[in-house]
Amino acid sequence: MTNGNPNVLHVAGLTKSYRTAGEQVAVLRGVNLTVAAGESVALTGESGSGKSTLLHLIAGLDAADGGEIRLADAPVSDLSDARRAELRRDRLGLVFQQFNLIPSLTVEDNLVFQSRIAGRHDAAWHRELVERLGLGNFLKRYPEQLSGGQQQRVAIGRALAVKPLLLLADEPTGNLDEDTADEVLALARDLVTRSGCGFLMVTHSARLAATLDRQVNLHAGVIA
Amino acid sequence: MKRALWTLAVLLSHWRRHPMQLATLLIGLISATALWSGVQALNQQARSSYDRAAATFGGTRTAMLVARSGASFPQQLFVDLRRAGWPVSPVLEGRIQIEGRSFRLLGIEPVTLPAEVGNAPTVGKADLQSFMTPPGAMLVAPETLSDLKLAEGARPEANGGALLPPLRVQPNLVPGVLVVDIGIAQSLLKMPDQLSRLLIGKTAGRHAPLESIAGDVLRLVEPDAETDLERLTDSFHLNLTAFGFLSFFVGLFIVNSAIGLAFEQRLPVLRTLRACGVSARMLNAVLVLELVSLALIAGLMGLVCGYFIADALLPDVAASLRGLYGAQIPGHLTLKPQWWFAGVAISVLGALAAAAASLTKALRLPLLATAQPFAWQQAQRRWLTYQSALALAAFAAAACFLRFGDSLISGFAVLAALMLGAALILPMFLEFMLSLGQRYARAPVSVWFWADSRQQLSGLSLALMALLLALSVNVGVSTMVESFSRTFLVWLDGRLAADVYVNAANDAQADEIRAWLRERPEVEAVLPGARADTQLAGAPIEVLGLPDHATYRDNWPLLQSTENAWIKLRPGNAALVSEQLARRLHLSVGDRIEVPASGGNWPLDVVGIYADYGNPKGQIAVNFAALTRRFPEIPLTRMGLRVAPDKIPTLISALQEKFALGDRNVADQATMKAESTRIFNRTFAVTAALNAFTLGVAGVALLTSLLTLANSRLPQLAPLWAMGITRRRLAVIELLKTMSVALITTIFALPLGLLVAWCLLAIVNVKAFGWRLPFHVFPTQLLWLTGVAMAAALAAAALPVIRLARMQPASLIRIFANER
Amino acid sequence: MKGSGPITRRGFIGGTLLAGFGGKAFAQGFAGLGESADGFASVVPGRTFAFPADHGPHPEFRIEWWYVTANLADANGVAYGAQWTLFRQAIAAGGPQEGWANQQIWMGHAAVTRADTHRVSQTFARGGVGQAGVDAKPFHAWIDSWEMRGLDPVNDDNIAPLQLKASGSDFSYALRLGAERPLVLQGDGGYSRKSLREQASYYYSQPHYKATGILTIDDKAVDVTGMAWLDREWSSQPLASDQSGWDWLSLHFNSGDKLMLYRMRQTDGQHYGSGKWIAPDGKTELLASADITMTPLAFTEIEKRKIPTTWRIAIPRRALSIECTPLNARSWMGTSFPYWEGPISFAGSHAGLGYLEMTGY
Repeated sequence: MTNGNPNVLHVAGLTKSYRTAGEQVAVLRGVNLTVAAGESVALTGESGSGKSTLLHLIAGLDAADGGEIRLADAPVSDLSDARRAELRRDRLGLVFQQFNLIPSLTVEDNLVFQSRIAGRHDAAWHRELVERLGLGNFLKRYPEQLSGGQQQRVAIGRALAVKPLLLLADEPTGNLDEDTADEVLALARDLVTRSGCGFLMVTHSARLAATLDRQVNLHAGVIA
Repeated sequence: MKRALWTLAVLLSHWRRHPMQLATLLIGLISATALWSGVQALNQQARSSYDRAAATFGGTRTAMLVARSGASFPQQLFVDLRRAGWPVSPVLEGRIQIEGRSFRLLGIEPVTLPAEVGNAPTVGKADLQSFMTPPGAMLVAPETLSDLKLAEGARPEANGGALLPPLRVQPNLVPGVLVVDIGIAQSLLKMPDQLSRLLIGKTAGRHAPLESIAGDVLRLVEPDAETDLERLTDSFHLNLTAFGFLSFFVGLFIVNSAIGLAFEQRLPVLRTLRACGVSARMLNAVLVLELVSLALIAGLMGLVCGYFIADALLPDVAASLRGLYGAQIPGHLTLKPQWWFAGVAISVLGALAAAAASLTKALRLPLLATAQPFAWQQAQRRWLTYQSALALAAFAAAACFLRFGDSLISGFAVLAALMLGAALILPMFLEFMLSLGQRYARAPVSVWFWADSRQQLSGLSLALMALLLALSVNVGVSTMVESFSRTFLVWLDGRLAADVYVNAANDAQADEIRAWLRERPEVEAVLPGARADTQLAGAPIEVLGLPDHATYRDNWPLLQSTENAWIKLRPGNAALVSEQLARRLHLSVGDRIEVPASGGNWPLDVVGIYADYGNPKGQIAVNFAALTRRFPEIPLTRMGLRVAPDKIPTLISALQEKFALGDRNVADQATMKAESTRIFNRTFAVTAALNAFTLGVAGVALLTSLLTLANSRLPQLAPLWAMGITRRRLAVIELLKTMSVALITTIFALPLGLLVAWCLLAIVNVKAFGWRLPFHVFPTQLLWLTGVAMAAALAAAALPVIRLARMQPASLIRIFANER
Repeated sequence: MKGSGPITRRGFIGGTLLAGFGGKAFAQGFAGLGESADGFASVVPGRTFAFPADHGPHPEFRIEWWYVTANLADANGVAYGAQWTLFRQAIAAGGPQEGWANQQIWMGHAAVTRADTHRVSQTFARGGVGQAGVDAKPFHAWIDSWEMRGLDPVNDDNIAPLQLKASGSDFSYALRLGAERPLVLQGDGGYSRKSLREQASYYYSQPHYKATGILTIDDKAVDVTGMAWLDREWSSQPLASDQSGWDWLSLHFNSGDKLMLYRMRQTDGQHYGSGKWIAPDGKTELLASADITMTPLAFTEIEKRKIPTTWRIAIPRRALSIECTPLNARSWMGTSFPYWEGPISFAGSHAGLGYLEMTGY
């Protein structure tokens, strides 16, 4: 929108409620949000505002109660479980706070895992990612032998290897110290720009949010 | 105290959150305790009945006087000895037939019966007057009563028409024994004023030397703490114990993994408690308290299960012991209090042993979490190296036992060390196979498949080791049983060469039968048979008389022999020796033995060795005519007949009608074979049942390991799901992983099982029974067991996999959630 | 014994024998004994005794015993007691059967007592085969190696001289019993009543034995001399249902008089007493229940029972008032059916030695 590129994400009137302790709690009450290709958006909000829920719904990890989610022009909300899995595999990149790497695989195997199962492996892009993320010396190591910043770089690499439409990140720097966080986020932004995908990041840090193109705030289940 | 209770409450809250883990722990302890104590109950039951037999009116537990000749002696000797101050009590023993079945009849004298013939059924609690005065009473075990299908108070009729005293049940009497007053026994056995032995009471008193009263008619037999039956059945019970121990071991695997997991999960809680000021000692004490309480509960439940297992197996055990050793075990389970104590104790000790590693860790628990854990790869490599070193040590121990051991125990030690080594090396083997798979995998999911299986190894290895042990024992035992079965049937064909077997009531009747048979055209040959009992090297042996006839020459199975062995038997200076006797006395063909006979020692050349499966006694076979010359007093009541096959049934019914012979005294070959095979089959029924139980426990071990792993595996599976692999596909992959490690384990178990079979056949059986069976491999059986193992793995993997396939996305999302 | 209440003097032996093997079941079967003598001969007054035949067994009666007690001393004056008893009981009525079918069961009790020790032995036998029995002529009573044998020539009226032998694991004795005076018929000409009802036995004694012999305790033999007393008693229905036990004494006075005394204790607290005074000249006097006062003075606790081991006895008619003290207060017969039996001494108006037997405590 702001950069004039087509939207890769379009969310309209999204609602979601959970039943907690026998009580229906409406988390999202009609969220509207768009992210354009090449745009980086920070999603902020206080704890419990539903930031992660929104991200999970967009990622197809969970189903919404109402409203619409479209990735590029494909509707996400009405898809079956299997189709949503396909969508995640082929069109999305996910990065979480706990890195969520596969501990039994080496760094290299982790990096190529999603792009390979999606059948979208691009050797040149892979080489570039390795180089830009500075992982060249760690390819044969296992995730737990890496520092937190390194692990998150692998996670970002894995998510971008598939050349997704949209990179979704949930507090990706939450487990990192400030310097490392800045460095990792800078890399992520850099690569997002390079690949031309959209970037939606959940964060509670105003400082980090300020480094992205745009900030949206989720409050009381709607985006202000 | 209050602090301890609070700490305990905090620790126990964990189980409420993880009921499955608690169930796993309890199942492990219960199955460990159940089979172990079940087997112990069986052993205890059998041993106490040997004791009973030994103590019954002059079993080997009581000192006694017997005739030097082995025959009966005049009652006056009893009176003379009493008058000389000997505290003796008379016993007359004989056999009596009721409805064609033979029973041991004991005549006792209740008034002088020594009080120490303790658990023997003295008349103490029954009616003395009615026992002694006509018609008297006949004491029988409850089992005998039901065998006879008669009610208490009924008066059975003996073969020959004598009316026996009314039956009275004496619960702790040995089955198969009829006890009557001595006077009644003398008249029933037609042995007036005759006695078989004198029991000596323990009341010390002055008495004249035996020789001055009884001359050399009687000799003193000292009491024997260990009974013959105990010696004979040792191997059988060792076998049971080995099985019990194996499943105990397997059960502890389950306990170990459950406790290990619970400990890992509670580490943060333990740290918090420590940080809150609970001392390490207090924490450990409470952990032990918690464990002991759980072990007590599980131990009691295990004991109840053990009781039912033992109760279910008892009939087969009793049949086995009767068939193999002639030992009479009552069919009703009675348990001593020690059994309960021992069962609970073994449960607690087992739990503590299984938890030792975790408890040590808790004691040394640092207050702050160590930041950098070992890379799993490195940790796993170290663990594998360590285990493999232990495995090699176990193999070395097995080799030592094999090389230097010479007993049944060492035979089992070889087996134990071998299996322990194999179990320890299993993870290394699996690691090797899986890394091989990984190396050749190309697709990322299959790379992950192998890599992840490798990583799961440490969590699954205990369960897989249990599966390996159970499977290899199954392969080993079923191979042994099958080998035995095949050999036994072929051997039986040779041994039961005659078509009809007749056992006359006495020599006179035998003569009549022989005369009558000579007139029957369908009888092709009458082969006389006789058996004498004597001693060789301090142990009782049987001497079998074989007539010089083609039936034996052609059929009698010889393992080794000189040339023309049968011709060499004719003059009466040569013998064939049974395999077990040859092994016991280290005899080989060409050796000479001296057999005590009625007229002095009888020197015999060993000209052959034959198999004599299932006979606990040593046996030699000699020429029939020579036997009757050397042992003129033996009854000549046995004969084998060669008869045209189609005439057998009519001949048998004619014999039965003409000479009033019961089913036991005339039987055709087919009946004898069927009977022998039936006994044989029951002998291994227990083994088969225990086999199945052990495999079942291993299955449970696998299931519980998978269930506990399933929870900890979610963080590893969730990213894959997030990356677009459906839950269903993940479930299928998980199932395949379990199945493939189970298959690799099974493949490893097959050769190990065959090795176990070889050990059983070539070491344990030889030591236990004295015979060695040829080793056969039965491929269909191996295939079948592989199938069973895979089915067990499938059953074990099914539940966690189904749970995964049906898992709510919310459970997976939770892995990624930062906020709630 | 308690509850089943079988009593005359030593009549409990019926119970003893049965308790030895029969336990409860037998005791219940035996309880009928008090009611009727089914098939056994009855004890009636006016019987004529004939010797030596009556020294032998009377199998037509249910129970019978040959009972010797001896007060002995060694050369140093150390006092001893010795007991030799052979009990017979028929488990069924009818003519005696041959061999093992014989209905008789025999029980032997033997004991020796010293102030510091009391040794007991017990043995059982069945009749018919020769392990135990009694022959009247020549007199011979035996069980196992124990025996009481008439020595040649035996005087059947005195039943003397006798050889008496018994042994246990830790004691033995061999005594020669001689007597010059004839035996004594107890009660009314040998008919001895045990209650106000019909319970009675045939009872005679030889209280006049002089004893010499050897007594061995723990392999240490001593020569002993002293006095002995033989009781012979048989009956079929000697039990009264309300009697709980008895206290019996045989006393040798220094004066040469002899006294037999007993009282049957009844469950209602009353006693039935009887006695016989035997003067040195052979004259006897029957003592009735009212003539006798027996009072316990001291008790000894043995196996949780309180046993009156010291007694005051008063017979005003004979100007007798004595106190009896046991040689060994723990003369406990721990046999299948336990009782107290041991030597005593007495002083007061009269002095001497004797034996005390107490059952049912």
